[in-house]
Amino acid sequence: MRLEKRATSSAAALVLAPIGAVVFTLLVSSVLVWWAGAAVTETYALLLKGGFGSVFALSETLTRAVPLILTGLAVTVAFKARLFNIGAEGQLYVGALAAVAVGGMHSGTGFDLPPALLFGLMLLASALAGALLLLGPALLKSRLGVDEVVTTLLLNFIVLLFVSMMLDGPMKDPLAMGWPQSVALIGDLELSKLIPQTRLHTGLLWACALAVVVWVLMRYTVLGFDIRAIGANARAAAFAGVPVTRTVVLVAMLSGALAGLAGAIEVAGRTGYVTLDMSPGYGYTGIVIAMLAGLHPLAVVAASVFVAGMLVGADSMSRAVGVPTFIADVIVAASLIAVLVATLMTQYRVRRA
Amino acid sequence: MTAPVLELTQITRRFGDLVANDAISLQLHAGEILALLGENGAGKSTLVSILFGHYVADAGQIAVFGKSLPPGDPKAALDAGIGMVHQHFTLADNLSVLDNVVMGSEPLWQPFSRRQAARQRLSEVARRFGLDVDPDALIGNLSVGERQRVEILKALYRGARILILDEPTAVLTPGESEALFAVLGQMVAQGLSIIFISHKLGEVLRVSHRIAVLRAGKLVAQADAHATTQEQLALWMVGHAVEPPRALPGKSVGDVVCALDTVSAGTGRERLDAVSLQLHAGEIVAIAGVSGNGQTALAELLSGTRAAISGTVRLLGAPLAHRPSRLVELGVARIPEDRHTVGVIGDLPVWENVVSERLRSPVFSRWFWVRRAQARAHAQQVIAQFDVRGAGALAPARALSGGNMQKLILGRALLHPDSGAAGAAITPRLIVAHQPSWGLDIGAVAYVQQQLIAARDAGAAVLLISDDLDEVMAMGDRIAVMHAGHLSAARPAVDWSREAIGLAMAGAAVAAGATA
Amino acid sequence: MMEVLDMLAQPAFWIAVLRIATPLILGTLGVLLCERAGVLNLGIEGIMVAGAFAGWLAVYGGASLWTGVLVAALTGAVFGLLHAFLTVSLALSQHVSGLGITLLATALSYYGYRVSFPKVSTPPTIEPFADMDWLAIPVLAQQTPLTLLALLLVPLLAYVLYRTPLGLAVRMVGENPQAAEGQGVSVAAVRTGAIVAGSALMGVAGSFLTLSAFNAFFFNMVNGRGWICVALVVFASWRPGKALLGALLFAFFDALQLRLQQSSGATLPYQMYLMLPYVLSIAALVLVARKASYPQALMKPYRKGER
Repeated sequence: MRLEKRATSSAAALVLAPIGAVVFTLLVSSVLVWWAGAAVTETYALLLKGGFGSVFALSETLTRAVPLILTGLAVTVAFKARLFNIGAEGQLYVGALAAVAVGGMHSGTGFDLPPALLFGLMLLASALAGALLLLGPALLKSRLGVDEVVTTLLLNFIVLLFVSMMLDGPMKDPLAMGWPQSVALIGDLELSKLIPQTRLHTGLLWACALAVVVWVLMRYTVLGFDIRAIGANARAAAFAGVPVTRTVVLVAMLSGALAGLAGAIEVAGRTGYVTLDMSPGYGYTGIVIAMLAGLHPLAVVAASVFVAGMLVGADSMSRAVGVPTFIADVIVAASLIAVLVATLMTQYRVRRA
Repeated sequence: MTAPVLELTQITRRFGDLVANDAISLQLHAGEILALLGENGAGKSTLVSILFGHYVADAGQIAVFGKSLPPGDPKAALDAGIGMVHQHFTLADNLSVLDNVVMGSEPLWQPFSRRQAARQRLSEVARRFGLDVDPDALIGNLSVGERQRVEILKALYRGARILILDEPTAVLTPGESEALFAVLGQMVAQGLSIIFISHKLGEVLRVSHRIAVLRAGKLVAQADAHATTQEQLALWMVGHAVEPPRALPGKSVGDVVCALDTVSAGTGRERLDAVSLQLHAGEIVAIAGVSGNGQTALAELLSGTRAAISGTVRLLGAPLAHRPSRLVELGVARIPEDRHTVGVIGDLPVWENVVSERLRSPVFSRWFWVRRAQARAHAQQVIAQFDVRGAGALAPARALSGGNMQKLILGRALLHPDSGAAGAAITPRLIVAHQPSWGLDIGAVAYVQQQLIAARDAGAAVLLISDDLDEVMAMGDRIAVMHAGHLSAARPAVDWSREAIGLAMAGAAVAAGATA
Repeated sequence: MMEVLDMLAQPAFWIAVLRIATPLILGTLGVLLCERAGVLNLGIEGIMVAGAFAGWLAVYGGASLWTGVLVAALTGAVFGLLHAFLTVSLALSQHVSGLGITLLATALSYYGYRVSFPKVSTPPTIEPFADMDWLAIPVLAQQTPLTLLALLLVPLLAYVLYRTPLGLAVRMVGENPQAAEGQGVSVAAVRTGAIVAGSALMGVAGSFLTLSAFNAFFFNMVNGRGWICVALVVFASWRPGKALLGALLFAFFDALQLRLQQSSGATLPYQMYLMLPYVLSIAALVLVARKASYPQALMKPYRKGER
């Protein structure tokens, strides 16, 4: 068997491919549902209803989608430049810590700054924290050729331990009665709700706005060209005058910043403080979302909503039918692989050798 | 007439719409050297790839020593006695000569390896054909000529009776080519039959017994070598008479545009060793030499992608910037050696590739915004003026054929965005052309050479680096030779003879002012 | 300082070192095999989870311990086959395929565990491998047979890689696949075989955790060991002997860190001790970065006939 490249791939195929792949995945995961002894159609119906079937369900889904959009954007920006940022999880957590450090660790005084300014500083601190965390591995790669996949991955573990250390020590909330959580943000800094009586907060607007910003950046600016050029062919990019090292640094900072903001916005919008389990793997799911979206910033929003819907739907479905919530993780991971294969099929034809 | 050792019957192969091989029927006889001649893209490499099993033909049969050859199976080809010496050597740098030669010759399920016996057999084969080599040397440490010897030994070790050589002299000095021809003679004397692919007419006439000419996928002619001429072969290859552009001497040689003074750069094989050179406006300085003697370092230096370690390089009086965008601003036009991996970013659209070097200039960007309309307009102009065909401005650049890609690169380098429609063309100050004709068909080669000559006549300083001796001698106003990082003095073309250049390419010192 | 030396003098310390090293040895050898053939396999973390779960489940279901190990190996092999299909047959990005497999294998394992044991207060256990008392060698006698297997696999893999035609083919495929193809060796077949075999080893590495080191399966059991193996392969310059050395060195520091944590002289927060293994892995990568001689075709997809 060999693959022959098609000259051009139709736009329709590029949109249908992910959808076809997801449908295929759902068919395959039916086997897992059957293994758990539940009725397949009932399970999927509950899954969809739990994720999208009511205003409340939608609000939960969109709430869950917010950090996913941001980590998805973080991964998209990095992967576009062939910088394999697998450390979005760690970057999210340091962003969250930075947010609490600026927004909560001042014993309520708010550093005597107006809330709007403090809020801005908080976001800036989170973005910077995430950016700096990714900068290390990025520089190690461009200067020493150290593969960034392993370094960013290992950093995740280090960061999580660091967060644990902080929550046990300097950032511990004295009022939390021994529960390991951080000092809380002051109320002024919390994001307001989009829909009352739900958890959906204005962070969604921030996330969508950032998706548009990233899209505009990639398509219409010189930096966007530089990023795409390096990702496509670093040597030719250097020949054409693209400042490679500088661009890699900028990409790392942008990607890390987006993931850091994911942490800040989660704290400001959903939890109010940092805990060890505030992210059930958003950083890793961001990778799946970026690939599902074909590394397109606007499609990241759609992919995030889809994945969030699966995760939220699985929670309520599981309570009703007893199928373990991990089915959602299986569906998401399998979708990734299926989408990869499907997208390949739009670019290549299968021929006998 | 004895039976042919190899018989191809009606071999046909398509790639999408392109018919690479069209019903080709060919015979090879024992002890014969058959040259397969044709332009780039004529179908020679495809044909031998089918023969060797890298591809499967859509139609046709192959018979080796009378027996039918199973298609698509290199192992079957090897077992049948066919060996192939690829144009781009297929050797693993990190493994030894012995490893490379022996790999695949023993069954994979065998739990041990007969190294001693293999070593002896290798030495014996090497001795028999006059190919001297150290079995334990790492390929990465060998010279190009030595690597080719290993590549040939691979085939002979496996007992090849039919040997295919794909453009073997492309990477050799004239001296090394002679040595290769001697080896070929040895092989034929021992009963081997050889298919020799080339596009170099003189060589083909010298070395082969019979010549088969391919054009656009079809076999258009066969002739005995002693019964034909270069002109006839060229006619068959192209289908019509081609007059290579003969560069008339430049009208007036102007000021120094670029000066290198004892410049050293790079390490290892690809380096510059105290190189001095002056490039004047209105002349073409051609650098001859086999690829891999420092030409890439020189081209990279003048393209802004490599810094000098010592010495000075001055461009228009000021030190040369180590920044491609600055050089482009100053009027340096660069044509890189490798259009696919360096010249063009394949996944990006054609128009972005056209403006890629000038994106940072105010013409195409304001602050950090790209001025898309202006950029696209300029791209259209380049496409039209330089006849870039095969893909629109929005299609990915990798959709372009080699020739069209080169035209894009030329247009990008030569057409200044400020060149008004009123025809006030702005000529580059310096053109750095590194193997600009490589891999192109005769028509495209002529076009490229015309452009360079026209630019020279308009006042540009042109540095032409080429491993094609014919091109160097036809185009250069002054010629210098590169060998192992050293650059000879750049003397006027009339002061050089082909033999002298050949000697210099092999490293023999040329006495100052000698006219051998 | 004296306390550290005291620690090193106790055999219990070295027993722990070997125990910690075993899954690392197996996992690193698995990655080494894949990468020598030119393919990065980031599925190791997930495959180790799957191997741990599948092997344990088989034993829980009544199979013998060695059958459990076999099941773990087969599980690894199946995921390896998937990775081979994606990266060799389809030539997809090796990074993304591997990560996808880690996510998939982990999710499937956790799902399977929850389906099999819906409501448990204490994790169900099995009877793990017993120590090898019959062996007369100290420190080694207190290990389980899987450790012996790991130690024996090192010279075996080295022999296969450097002294057999198959090993040469694997190395050639990782250095220059066109060369291999031109000598009649099927790149796709050799790469697939190497990935499947390497992934089987990764599965066995996972099974060590549930069948030997511990006796139950729990979430976050592998905890990054797979990634550490990926780092160790670079540190080992893709050589089995050095892989053993790297794994032992790493296990040494991990065992040390554990003991320091528990000793009376511990002044730092325990998390800092736990960070040590990961920090060391990054340091190891940086140290060897400059002179790392990668298999030349590593991570470059090969499409037959595409020039």
